[in-house]
Amino acid sequence: MRIGRTVAWGYLVVVLLVTIFPFYWILRTALSNNFAMSTDPSSLLPVDFTWGPFKRALGLATPAKAAAEGGSGAKIDLALALWNSVVYAGLLTLCTVVFSALAAYAFARLRWKGRDVVFGVLLTALMVPSVFTLLPNFVLMKDLGLLNTFGGMILPGAFFSAFNIFFLRQFMLGLSNEVEEAAIIDGAGPLRVCFRIVLPMSVAPMATLTLLTFITTWNDYFWPLLVTNDESVRPLTLALAVFKQSSPQASLDWAGLMAATLVAALPMLLLFVVFGRRLVNSIGFTGIK
Amino acid sequence: MVTTVQDSSAQVVRGPATTAPPPTARRRTGPASRRHDTWVAWLLVAPAILGFGVFFAYPMLRGVYLSFTEFHILTPPVFTGLANIQELIHDGRFWHSLGVTAYFVVLSVVLGVGVSLITAVVLHRLGVNTTVRGLMILPFLISGVVTALVWTWMLDPQLGIVNQLITWVTGEPIMFFGSGGWAVPTLAALNVWKSMGYNAVLIFAGLQTIPASIYEAGRIDGASEWQMFRSLTLPLLRPILVMVVILNVISATQVFDIVQVSTKGGPADASLVLQMYIYDKAFGQFDFGYAATMSLALFLLLVAVTFTQLRMARAGESDTN
Repeated sequence: MRIGRTVAWGYLVVVLLVTIFPFYWILRTALSNNFAMSTDPSSLLPVDFTWGPFKRALGLATPAKAAAEGGSGAKIDLALALWNSVVYAGLLTLCTVVFSALAAYAFARLRWKGRDVVFGVLLTALMVPSVFTLLPNFVLMKDLGLLNTFGGMILPGAFFSAFNIFFLRQFMLGLSNEVEEAAIIDGAGPLRVCFRIVLPMSVAPMATLTLLTFITTWNDYFWPLLVTNDESVRPLTLALAVFKQSSPQASLDWAGLMAATLVAALPMLLLFVVFGRRLVNSIGFTGIK
Repeated sequence: MVTTVQDSSAQVVRGPATTAPPPTARRRTGPASRRHDTWVAWLLVAPAILGFGVFFAYPMLRGVYLSFTEFHILTPPVFTGLANIQELIHDGRFWHSLGVTAYFVVLSVVLGVGVSLITAVVLHRLGVNTTVRGLMILPFLISGVVTALVWTWMLDPQLGIVNQLITWVTGEPIMFFGSGGWAVPTLAALNVWKSMGYNAVLIFAGLQTIPASIYEAGRIDGASEWQMFRSLTLPLLRPILVMVVILNVISATQVFDIVQVSTKGGPADASLVLQMYIYDKAFGQFDFGYAATMSLALFLLLVAVTFTQLRMARAGESDTN
């Protein structure tokens, strides 16, 4: 039994190390001098400590200084990409959570003809993998002239998410009727009940969905890759990939790239620090239902 | 996803909707129905229906239609009947990429679910706190692009830390992304690294629903830890394991970002997963009709695989019911 516990702890430590080490390695590389790194690649600490990679990634380094530390000359406008990601993930999340909540209220708390049929039809979307609608959606965005716009990036996901509607409806079905009925007796209409009672009572699951949707959208790569090819709207995931691809293969500026990667992952890491516990619990919850 | 569908059908049975309910049921299922509920309801559902129609149903039908056309984006699609399907059948590269995808899916699901299960059980039996579980989901928070970038760097044949270690032990580095044999297993490992914590937390939540008294009973009967795992934990965990497997199969089948950023399907098509090939056909060669045919095939394949899995695993029920 005691041996078993030791083995289990050993296993856990190894798993945690493998999970976390790459994050440390990003930091270690991002604080290294790109030239010096090749002389001591296995050093566990930053090689020839410098803030240079961050300056290069943020476009603050002079070309001469960048070249001296092994910058590749490939440029990335990280501030712009960061802003694009905020707009893309922020707007999409806001829209989809609000519209899903409204629909969920109608499905959970109102009684109307056709309700279950409509709900069943909308749920079929859960069965279809996104790959199948992405290409035709690209063609649609092209027809609408929305390529390289935030509209084109956001619209397909803004109004409808089967999972979000389902998730919120499940929660709203469980709310007790008493407050609601008191309000109705006082003469409140369904819209008033929705905005003043049911939605405020559903803040917790809406926050969970906001968090999960924001993370997935922030990390999405395929859809932005299809609809954008211009720096002005390109989000971080794409900007990073382009940055790597535009660097010469032989002398890749790994330090600069890792600095950029860290900046890109930073908002997610901040979310993690603030909401980590809620996130862990909500993942468990979405699975069990 | 699985539980989703089942829950919804259960719901339909529970809540009497259109038929006039008896007074007691009426109190339970919601506020009294009023005549103007109906138009308010439609108003509230309108954005969702609009989104469903314009960005899901219409593109889906269009996707099916495009599968039977020759379409190069700049000129309107031309209906060609079964020509694309004929091409598909004789396209060696398609079958190759299907094989690569299957290999990737099997590796990452078997390895991923296995490691996640062990991790979840260890976390559960050791009674580790939320912070540790939190650290485990860190990789879930970062994008596939970041995952691919950092591992490409760590696995770099000359300068990567992992290969420094390997060279120190065996004398020569491993070309993880650069050799045909290693490419797919390496990508699968990346996928496992990224999704393991998330899966472990899901399975952990399932473990928490198993009452501790069952284990106590097992212990009194003299069962070893391994016996309890095999005859108590596994059967009771079956529904959630099935769900985790299916979710992982679905996402692994559509793998794209880590491949596109690290190997681009190479070397020599060794890691050309299906989604990569579809993307290449559509945006590299502008052969949209054929790309649509392939995504239709991928979709049908996913449906078939999911249903087979559900059937084989008898999903909804754990062995004890």
